Amino acid sequence: MSKFQFPESIPSRPVYGTLEPRPGKAHLMIADAEGAEALLDLASVDADLVRAAHIIYIPKKTGDTYVEKLRALGPSQLHLSPTYEASVQRIRRVLADAHMGLQVYLAGTEGLMGQAEAEATHAGIPHGAIQSEHRGSVARRMQCVHCKGITEDVMTDPFVCAHCGLHLFVRDHYSRRLAAFQGVCVDAEDPGNVPDPVELYS
Amino acid sequence: MSAAPQKTKAGAEKIDVIVSAIVPLNELVTRFEFKRTDGAPFPPFSPGSHTVVEMDDDRRTRLNPYSLMSDPADTSTYAISVRRDDAGRGGSLFLHNRVEVGDRMMLSYPVNLFPLDLRARKHVFLAGGIGITPFMAMIAHLERMGHRWELHYTCRSKALGTYAEDLTLKHPNKAHVYYDDQEQRIALEELLDGQPLGTHVYVCGPKGMIEWVHRTAAAHGWPEENVHSEEFLAPQPGKPFEVRLCKSGITVQVGENESLLEAIERCGVDAPFLCRGGSCGQCETDVVEADGTFDHRDHWLDEEEHASGKKIMPCVSRFVGKSLVLDR
Repeated sequence: MSKFQFPESIPSRPVYGTLEPRPGKAHLMIADAEGAEALLDLASVDADLVRAAHIIYIPKKTGDTYVEKLRALGPSQLHLSPTYEASVQRIRRVLADAHMGLQVYLAGTEGLMGQAEAEATHAGIPHGAIQSEHRGSVARRMQCVHCKGITEDVMTDPFVCAHCGLHLFVRDHYSRRLAAFQGVCVDAEDPGNVPDPVELYS
Repeated sequence: MSAAPQKTKAGAEKIDVIVSAIVPLNELVTRFEFKRTDGAPFPPFSPGSHTVVEMDDDRRTRLNPYSLMSDPADTSTYAISVRRDDAGRGGSLFLHNRVEVGDRMMLSYPVNLFPLDLRARKHVFLAGGIGITPFMAMIAHLERMGHRWELHYTCRSKALGTYAEDLTLKHPNKAHVYYDDQEQRIALEELLDGQPLGTHVYVCGPKGMIEWVHRTAAAHGWPEENVHSEEFLAPQPGKPFEVRLCKSGITVQVGENESLLEAIERCGVDAPFLCRGGSCGQCETDVVEADGTFDHRDHWLDEEEHASGKKIMPCVSRFVGKSLVLDR
C-alpha cells in the first residue's frame, strides 16, 4: 500500500486529497514513483478521463513497475522523464500553451507535487483548484534557512544540509513558492549538541 | 499619520458632498456626480467599490449602495449611475426626482466587495443592464495599467444601452454590446472556451445571468476562484413582524416595506452594516430565540447556517412566526 496518513500539523503544512475526475477541457497529470497508483485508481473511476489526459511520469526508483500499466490506460500522451528537473521544460511549455478549463492532477511525493503545483499556480491556476494525492515515499524537500540550499529526499530529523553542512531540524513550516519545508540549525545555541537523527514519522 | 477618521458609528465613515452634476443618460439611467464640500480630494478607491448614499427622504433615512463608476484615478469626483426603478422601494426614485445640483448629501467611504484579481492574465467582464457600472471604473483602471480585458455587455435596446456607445467608440476591439431587442445574445460557451490560462471572469447583472455564468464556467472546468460576481439585493417587502433586541432591551415592529436592519436603526440602535445588500457579512446577527420560519435572502451565510436558525442577515432577510429574539 502506497498511502500514508500524515499526522495533523500546523496550517502551513500542505494536506493532500484523493484524485477525482473533474469536468475540464484538458487534463494534465504529473506523477512520480508510486504516484502512478493514484492515476491507475483514477482511471478505474473514469477511464475516458485518463484516455484524454497528458501524463508526465517520473518513475524514480520504481523503474518499470508502473510504466506498462500506465501505457495500457491509453492516455493521449505519456511522457516519461528520468527526473523532475528534466520534465520541467515540458511542464512549462504545456502550461504556457494551455487554456482555461485545464485540470491539473498531481500524485506521488511531496517534492514532486509541490514543485509542479508552484509551476501551475505561476501559470495562473489558483492553488485551491489543483488536485493532489500523496503516494509513496514520505521524504521531504527541505530548504536550509541559513544558506538557502535545497536538500531533496530528506528522510531523517535532524539531517545534514547538502550545501553548507549544518545540522538542520525538520520543520512543518512550508513554502509554496519554494515547494520546500524549512530546515533550521538544530545546534545553534549549543554547537555540537546534535540529537541522533530519527527517521521521519517513526 | 493615518488619514482614516476614527470609527464611532456603524457603517463605513461618511463624506459630506455636494451634487456637482446630474446627467441623464437615457430614459431610465442618470449619472450623479459629487464633489466634497470641504474641497479636499476624495479617498482613492479600488475599481469595483461601492458607496452607500444617504438620502433624507422626508425624515426617512434611505441608505442605498451604488457602484462607483468614475475613473478611480480622479479623486476630485465620485460618480454613480442610477437606474430608476419605478417599482422599487423608492431610493432610485428619490435620486431621480428629488435631488438637484447643489444639494448636500452624505456618501460612505468606498467599500469593495467586487475587486479585480490583479494576478489575472486577462479580465473578461460580463455586464447585464445597469450591471455595467463597476466595469466602467475597472476598465479605466486596466487601461491605465495596460492590462488585458474584454467586455461583453448585454442590454435591452440601443436606447437603453447605458454607456454602450462610449465604450464601443473608445474600445472597438474590446467592448462588445448585445441588444436583446435584436435577438443578440452573449455566446458564453464559445467565449469561455479557449481563454488563456489565468483568465478571470467578472459578472454583474441580474441573478439569472450570474447563476448562468457560474454554472457554465464550472461545467467548463473553470476554478470558482476565477469567477467573480456582484449582485446587490434590495430588501424585498414582506409581512410585518416583531423582533425583540435583547441587548438593547427593546421590541421593534418591522413594517411591510422596511428591512429588519432599517427597523432596528429607526429605533435608535446602532447596528453594524456595510453593503446593505446581503453580500458583505457585516450585519450578521446571532439569533437568541426563534419560534417561526426565517426568510433568508442573503448571499453571505451558507445553506447550513441558513438551516441552523442561529444567524440572520437583517439587511435583506425577514422572519415569519410568533417570536424572534436577536442578540443586538
